[in-house]
Amino acid sequence: MSEEKKLIPENIDDKLFTVKYNAGKESHLVPNQEDCKKCKDKPCTQFCPAHVYDWDEEQNKLLVGFENCLECGACRIGCNYQSISWKYPAAGCGVTFKHG
Amino acid sequence: MKILKINTFNTKTIIKIIHGKENKVEREVVDVVIVGAGPAGIAAAMMLAKEGKEVVVLERGDYPGSKNVFGGAIYAQPTAEIFPEFWKSAPVERYNVEHRFALLGDNDGTVIGYRNEEHAREGHYNSFTVLRAKWDRWCAEQAEKAGAFIVPQTLVTQLIIEDGKVVGVKTEQEEFYARIVIVADGVNSLLAREAGFHPEIKPEAVALGVKEVIKLPKETIQDRFNLEGDSGVIYTIIGGPMQNMLGLGFIYTNIDSVVVGLGVSLNELKHQGLKPYELLNKFKQHPVIRPLIAGGELLEYSAHLIPEGGLNSMPPLYKDGVMITGDAAMLVNNIHWEGTNLALMSGKFAAETAVMALEKNDFSANTLSLYQKKLEESFVMKDLKSYKNVMPFAEKNSSILMGYYPKKVNEFFNQFISVDGIPKKQKYKSFIGNAFKERSIFKMISDLTGFARVGVGVIK
Repeated sequence: MSEEKKLIPENIDDKLFTVKYNAGKESHLVPNQEDCKKCKDKPCTQFCPAHVYDWDEEQNKLLVGFENCLECGACRIGCNYQSISWKYPAAGCGVTFKHG
Repeated sequence: MKILKINTFNTKTIIKIIHGKENKVEREVVDVVIVGAGPAGIAAAMMLAKEGKEVVVLERGDYPGSKNVFGGAIYAQPTAEIFPEFWKSAPVERYNVEHRFALLGDNDGTVIGYRNEEHAREGHYNSFTVLRAKWDRWCAEQAEKAGAFIVPQTLVTQLIIEDGKVVGVKTEQEEFYARIVIVADGVNSLLAREAGFHPEIKPEAVALGVKEVIKLPKETIQDRFNLEGDSGVIYTIIGGPMQNMLGLGFIYTNIDSVVVGLGVSLNELKHQGLKPYELLNKFKQHPVIRPLIAGGELLEYSAHLIPEGGLNSMPPLYKDGVMITGDAAMLVNNIHWEGTNLALMSGKFAAETAVMALEKNDFSANTLSLYQKKLEESFVMKDLKSYKNVMPFAEKNSSILMGYYPKKVNEFFNQFISVDGIPKKQKYKSFIGNAFKERSIFKMISDLTGFARVGVGVIK
């Protein structure tokens, strides 16, 4: 069982380890933090398939791990306020699927 | 390198009147610029290059296909319209001879399959599994051979609009002018949105797909899936951890890998506060799925949006100087897992329209309206029209369609096959009794008329 788990990981970070990235210097995802503060359920922290977003209680701020972004666009559409500034990463940056 | 290539085009002098003063601007204007080297963009490029038109395809990825994800199969007939006899040289995985439908309960499931040997014969192929990174790259190479210029690692940031007409595109570095622009930049189509084609997509109009490509030995795949040689099987799966949800699971077989994934309405994920990869983990643990992928190794995890709004969410498809194709135009028939074929056809029709417009030297919306006409006369719009009421119905009734009825099917078979000393008559009575206890006869009748109404809507 444990051997199997290693080959097909359950943990999202391990899953993302199979994806090739070339992270840009700047985030291509910029949430409107004022809206984030008002946002009750912060659904992006759940439905993002790459777990890019995390809410930091101490800083009262949405953390954005844009380096892991799979460029699907779910957060752009699913944000309660539709206020995430969502761009494609600069050419040569972001995800490169080897299989797709 | 790309500059050299583009300099070979004819230049055209454009006279612009600015503040009443005549300014002569030297511009290189190509016939067609296409944004995005996916199926829609490449189909358009291929057809235009074959007609001898100057065509430039701008692709943001490192290579065509590097940003692209889908479930797993392309269809032979529409693909061959663009790439005749593609199976002889293209990097296809398996030709599919069987489609299985699985209704999953919590720990049980009912699977039926339709297999047709004919689909294993050349000339009768129905669909092939492919991996997009290889497949899209091959398609782009064919377009290049036909004379199209494919420029990768180039991000288009906006359309250039002059006097209300689209006249080119801006990239991070430069501007490309064209007589016609074909927008084929996928489901997120930032270009279409920025140019005011349509407002932001609503969460109920898209599904979020997540999938894993799992490596397994070729022989293991053949044994587990009952396959011979390079034949393959597709699974469409309802229920399991997605009971009551508007979502479908899928499995595709490649030569030496298996794809397992699911697509769930973004609205559903959002309101239930679900993590898609955790749902996928549960799905893979279901007893119907687990043995199929046991011992496999994860090669790649990926995610993509599927535009599922259908006809009701479609933007205008053309304006002065521009046409929108494929996912960017929301051209997906989710009931039949079709997207790439609609993309290919829309690219082809956009190219045919562009050829006609170039001959007339008229790129107005009026002339480009032929594109919409071609789509409407083809299966693309006809199918989307047939199914326009299915998704709203499924959305409203997802708990019974994806929960109650599949569960009843499994309960029925469980009763039917179990030998436990209980007389059969008593079993049937209790099955029927329970069915009505959980859902009233009035509700069942209303379900039935609902199904019938939607069904009639499809065929009428």
